[in-house]
Amino acid sequence: MNNKKQLLKGNYAIAQAAIEAGCQSYFGYPITPQSEIGEYLSTKMPELGRAYVAAESEVAAINMVLGAGSTGVKAMTSSSSCAVALMQEGLSFIAGDEIPCVLVSVMRGGPGLGYIYPSQGDYYQATKGGGNGDYKIVTYAPSSIQECIDLTYKCFYVSQKYRTPVCLLADGMLGQMMEPAVIGHYPYEEIDQTSWALDGAKDRKPRFIASIAREQEHLREKVLKVFEKYNKILENENIFEKYETEGAKLVITAFGSIARIAKAAVKLARKNGLKVGLFRPILVNPFPEKIVAEIAQKVDGILDIELNCGQMIQDIKASIAGAANIPVKFYGRPAGVMMTVEEIYKQIENVYKEIVEKKYGTACI
Amino acid sequence: MEQLVYSKPESIKDDFKISFCPGCDHGIAAKLVAEVLDELNVREKTIGIASVGCSVFSYDFFNVDIVESPHGRSLAVATGVKRSKPDKVVFTYQGDGDLASIGIGETIHSMTRGEKVTAICINNTTYGMTGGQAGPTTLLGQITTTTTKGRDPEIAGYPIKICELLKELEGTAFVARVSVDTPAAIMNAKKCIKKAFEAQLKGLGTGFVEILATCPTNWKMTPQEAHERVRNEMAQVFKPGIYKDKVSEAE
Repeated sequence: MNNKKQLLKGNYAIAQAAIEAGCQSYFGYPITPQSEIGEYLSTKMPELGRAYVAAESEVAAINMVLGAGSTGVKAMTSSSSCAVALMQEGLSFIAGDEIPCVLVSVMRGGPGLGYIYPSQGDYYQATKGGGNGDYKIVTYAPSSIQECIDLTYKCFYVSQKYRTPVCLLADGMLGQMMEPAVIGHYPYEEIDQTSWALDGAKDRKPRFIASIAREQEHLREKVLKVFEKYNKILENENIFEKYETEGAKLVITAFGSIARIAKAAVKLARKNGLKVGLFRPILVNPFPEKIVAEIAQKVDGILDIELNCGQMIQDIKASIAGAANIPVKFYGRPAGVMMTVEEIYKQIENVYKEIVEKKYGTACI
Repeated sequence: MEQLVYSKPESIKDDFKISFCPGCDHGIAAKLVAEVLDELNVREKTIGIASVGCSVFSYDFFNVDIVESPHGRSLAVATGVKRSKPDKVVFTYQGDGDLASIGIGETIHSMTRGEKVTAICINNTTYGMTGGQAGPTTLLGQITTTTTKGRDPEIAGYPIKICELLKELEGTAFVARVSVDTPAAIMNAKKCIKKAFEAQLKGLGTGFVEILATCPTNWKMTPQEAHERVRNEMAQVFKPGIYKDKVSEAE
C-alpha cells in the first residue's frame, strides 16, 4: 500500500509521512488550515503506542516538543502563522539546546488573524525567525503533495543528523488540496542519539541540555558551533529545482505552491519563444546564495514571484549583490486569491519586454 | 570508633556548586529532593527540568540528567519528556513566579491531564533572581521593588493560593504545602516530597509540593528574621498541610 499512488490531502499526507518517518511524539493545538494533521495523529499515534498530546496552547506544544526531543525521540508539532508566532521563544531555546525536532508550518494569511487563505506571508517568520538570538530554523518548502511527503522525511533526517529544529514550510493550498502521491518508506538511515540524549544518568555522568551559557567564551563557542551546522546543511542537504535556466535571459524565482504555477507560466513562455527559466529553492533557510548568484551572472534579469508583498526577494537581492548587476523585479500579492498561470505569464511577458527586448532589441529574441 | 552519621546524597553532585544566597531555603529544598531520589532508588532513571529563576542552576547540584525549560514552561517540557519516556522519573523544580504566574497555564493543564510527573515549587513571595519584584504570591502589604508602598489589592490584586487551586484538579494525586523553617518542618517536608514522587511512581497522577521558603536578600532580613516571617506571616495566609493525598488512599 505504501508504494501505491493514492489520492491524498496534503495535511493527511504530512501526518502519515511523519508516522512513516518514525515520529514518536506529536504535540499540537488546532488551527486552520492544518488541523487535519493533529486530528489524524490523535488516532494513529496511540494505536501505534506513540505519544499524542492535545496541548493547551502552541506555547505548551513547542515546549512539549522541547522535552520530547531532549530524550532523542523524533518529535513534531504542526501549526500555522499567528500560532507559529507563539512558538518562537521555544524554537529559539530548541535551536540553542541543539534538540532535533520538526515543525510543520502551514501558512495562512496575516497579519494578525488574517484569514485561512493560502499565503506565503510567513517566509520571514520561518527564515528570519521571531525568537531571540543568533540561530536559524532550517526550512524546506514543498510545492506538491509528493514533496510534502518527501520533505517531511527529509526534515526528520536533517533534524536528527544535525540536532537542529527543521521546518516544513507549506501553505493552505498544499495543506487542503488533494492530488495523487506515493507515501513510500522513510528512505534515510537512523541516526543514533544515545551519545547526548537524556535517559537517566546510569553508569555515566549526568547530562545537561540547555541554551544557557554563563561564561562569555562558552556562549560564543556555543553559537559558532550551531552556525557551523548551517554551513554543513547548506553544503550537504541543499535541494532546489532549476528549470530551463540554461540559456535563459530571464529567470523566475519562486518557492512553494506559487513556484508550481510559475513553472506552468514558464512552460508557456518557452512555447511562445521567450527565453525564460525558473529557479525554485526548496531549502530556503539557509538560503542557497551561491547558486542564485551563479544564475544571475548568466541572465539579464530576475522576476521574483511570491504570494506575499515581497519577502524572499530580499534573499535573492542579497545573493546577487556584488555578483551581477541586473534588475530584480517583483510580482506578488497578499493572501487570498491565488495567481493564475495567465496572470503570471502576462507579468513574464511585460518584464521580458522591459528588460530583455530593451537590451537586445526585438530581433534578438 | 568512627561512625558515619551523615553523608551527602548521591543525587547531589560531588563537585556541586551552590549559588544561592546565605539563609535561602533553596539549599534545604534541593537536598530534600535529592535524598528522596536516593531513598526511592530512582536517581539513574530520573530526568529533571530546570526552570527559569534561581532554580535554573539545578544542574549545578542535582546529580541527574536535566533539561532546561523556558520560563514557566517546565511542566510542558516535563510532559514532553514523560510521554516520550514513560519509564523515567520526571520532576520539575520551579519558583512561584515560574509555576504560578507565567506558567500557570502549563501548571493547570498538565495537572488536569494528570501527567505522571512531580512538581516542586519554591514559594518565596518574590522574584528572587531579578531582584525582588512582586510576584503572584506576594502577600498583601508586602514591600517589594514594584510594590514600594506594600501590595495593594486595588492595584496589584491578591496573592494566589497555589495548593488550594491545584487540589481541585482531578489529575493531581498529591498536593501539599510545607515549610522548612524548623527541623520538624524539614522532616515533614521530606515525607511530603517523597509522597509527591510516589504519586508519580504509582501512576496515580501529578505529585505537587509547595515549599514556603525564605529570600533573605530580597526581603532584607537575616536568615533568622526570614524564618520568623515564614512562620508569622506567610504560613498565616498559605496554610501548611496536606491538601490531597491519593497516595495514602491507594495504600
